[in-house]
Amino acid sequence: MIWAAVAGFPRLGALLFPEQGGSGLHPWIALVSWFGVLGLVGYTTWAGQQPPPPKDAVRSPTAELIKQFQRNRAGVFGLHIVSWMIVLALLTPLVAPFDPDAIAAGDRYMPPQPGYWMGTDDYGRDLLSRSLYGARISLSIGFIAVGLSATLGALIGAVAGYFGGWVDRASMWLVDLLLALPRLVLLLAIVGLFRSAGAQSLFLIVVILGLTGWMGVSRIVRAQVLTLKEQDFVQACRAMGIPDSRIILGHILPNAMAPVIVNASLAIGGTILTEASLSFLGLGVPPPTATWGSIINDGREFMRTAPWITIGPGLLIVLAVMSFNLLGDGLRDALDPKLRGRA
Amino acid sequence: MSFTVRRGETVGLVGESGCGKTTAGRTILRLIEPTGGRAIFEGKDIFAMPQEELRKLRQRMSIIFQDPYSSLNPRMNVERIVGEALEVHGIAKGAALRERVAALMRRVGLRDDSLERYPHEFSGGQRQRIGIARALALNPSFIVCDEAVSALDVSIQAQVINLLKELQGELGLSYLFIAHNLAVVKHISDRVAVMYLGRIVEMGTADELFESPRHPYTQALLSAIPKPRPGRPKDRVLLEGDVPSPMNPPPGCTFHPRCRHALPKCSQVSPANVEVSPGHVVACHLVSDGLTAPYPITRAPSAG
Repeated sequence: MIWAAVAGFPRLGALLFPEQGGSGLHPWIALVSWFGVLGLVGYTTWAGQQPPPPKDAVRSPTAELIKQFQRNRAGVFGLHIVSWMIVLALLTPLVAPFDPDAIAAGDRYMPPQPGYWMGTDDYGRDLLSRSLYGARISLSIGFIAVGLSATLGALIGAVAGYFGGWVDRASMWLVDLLLALPRLVLLLAIVGLFRSAGAQSLFLIVVILGLTGWMGVSRIVRAQVLTLKEQDFVQACRAMGIPDSRIILGHILPNAMAPVIVNASLAIGGTILTEASLSFLGLGVPPPTATWGSIINDGREFMRTAPWITIGPGLLIVLAVMSFNLLGDGLRDALDPKLRGRA
Repeated sequence: MSFTVRRGETVGLVGESGCGKTTAGRTILRLIEPTGGRAIFEGKDIFAMPQEELRKLRQRMSIIFQDPYSSLNPRMNVERIVGEALEVHGIAKGAALRERVAALMRRVGLRDDSLERYPHEFSGGQRQRIGIARALALNPSFIVCDEAVSALDVSIQAQVINLLKELQGELGLSYLFIAHNLAVVKHISDRVAVMYLGRIVEMGTADELFESPRHPYTQALLSAIPKPRPGRPKDRVLLEGDVPSPMNPPPGCTFHPRCRHALPKCSQVSPANVEVSPGHVVACHLVSDGLTAPYPITRAPSAG
């Protein structure tokens, strides 16, 4: 990785003034990465200078959760892999040895070797660079789409559960309806529809994945809210005249978040898979932008002659999805008091 | 049911589980939407009030809950739990809020350096004190104590009751004290209302009601108080059967299927309230017909 960083050093300028990259999202990701990295470095320095908290310090529920989570090895492993992927994706312009879309006619179908660590594809594009840039897109799609669907689902579920009555019936009816539609077919139809209308594709896919993934979350949250709203602390809030919006956002949702977080970390893996399926079917992010799914799709025809084109990104998808699932399982175990002490 | 809580007074509300004590307490605060009736608080009908006005009025009324574990949000620290209402109603914020919360904590007998702590770090009695601090935060004049001490150890119960009495003396609070522990109710209440199946069957001053109960149900309830004198002949009035479903109450006097003195008309006509002495109201045909339910506790001179 150090080598890759050194090799990528000439690209520093491109990071500061990002012009390359097939999608309009790259400059923004680069900008965010800069803030992210600076923030991370700043925070670690700051945290290093702080005195360690006393041993019998008061532990908030969050601190308790972290301690529980650390006891689950598989979960910690998943967290490490996920963190590394995020860091690499953020630093991609620094570590990627080549422009992901640069075509080298003389270097087509190169198997993995020094210089081209994951080989090259049919246009002679470096697969390591493409996979790294693809990670940004795939992970961003996963995070943003799931962030969207989890937020939407939590709000709809909370409102349905809290107010009950016709609000509840209408929203759960909508959930049942949407759950009855096969997601992939729905996605294909919507993407096809909007694609022909000329909408921007990456944005479109994120929004569509987000808008079709909230139903499960809303059901989970609704069930939680139904029990939470009868709890005395919620009744106390009502008795003191605290507005409903504040009760939902400040009291109910924080106590209903545990399963949402678990569900989200599992859903990120699923969303990455769905995006890969869409790209593989040719309806994902349009070429030449690299995503893991689209690289596999590009390599489909050459599976016999150049299997590395599909195997590399394929393994990355497996690793990413597996890590998110392990992370999600670990979080679930840590958050569920009934499972405590068994891991 | 109908009753009045005067300023600075404690009214006890007793009855079996499931008779509607808690529902009554929560309906008064409109935590449960009433289906009818009126609740007049400081001259205004709470039930007929628009939401906005009700929200303002909520500063004047408060509630303390039974379960000190579910009544505090586990994800908030004490400062936010106690201070949120002050913030929402725009009474205090920032350092002033902190100071007020600290003062409230001292007032209920907790250390004021524990504002950053979370509910799970406190014992049941301490949590109940936090609940009381929260109820006091808005400076209410009326507090519903919904089984406020039932979940606590006996020694802690006494502490919390004494705290409630102190606060009442200082702040002129009125309490509606809902409980099933008759000894506690007798200790804290000025007047007591006995509920059966969603109706008040007898109401009077605590002393009179406990000395000379008139309604057969009250008599049965009171006979269940353990006597602090071992070896004394037991004179329990045992009730048979269960409380009927409140969804489908028996006709006439709702208590008649379990009443050992039931008259024929008890199953047909609902008894009216009769004032047997000033402030002592009973709803029972026996009493209104001039018969006295034979109160079985013979106050024979104690042996020796």
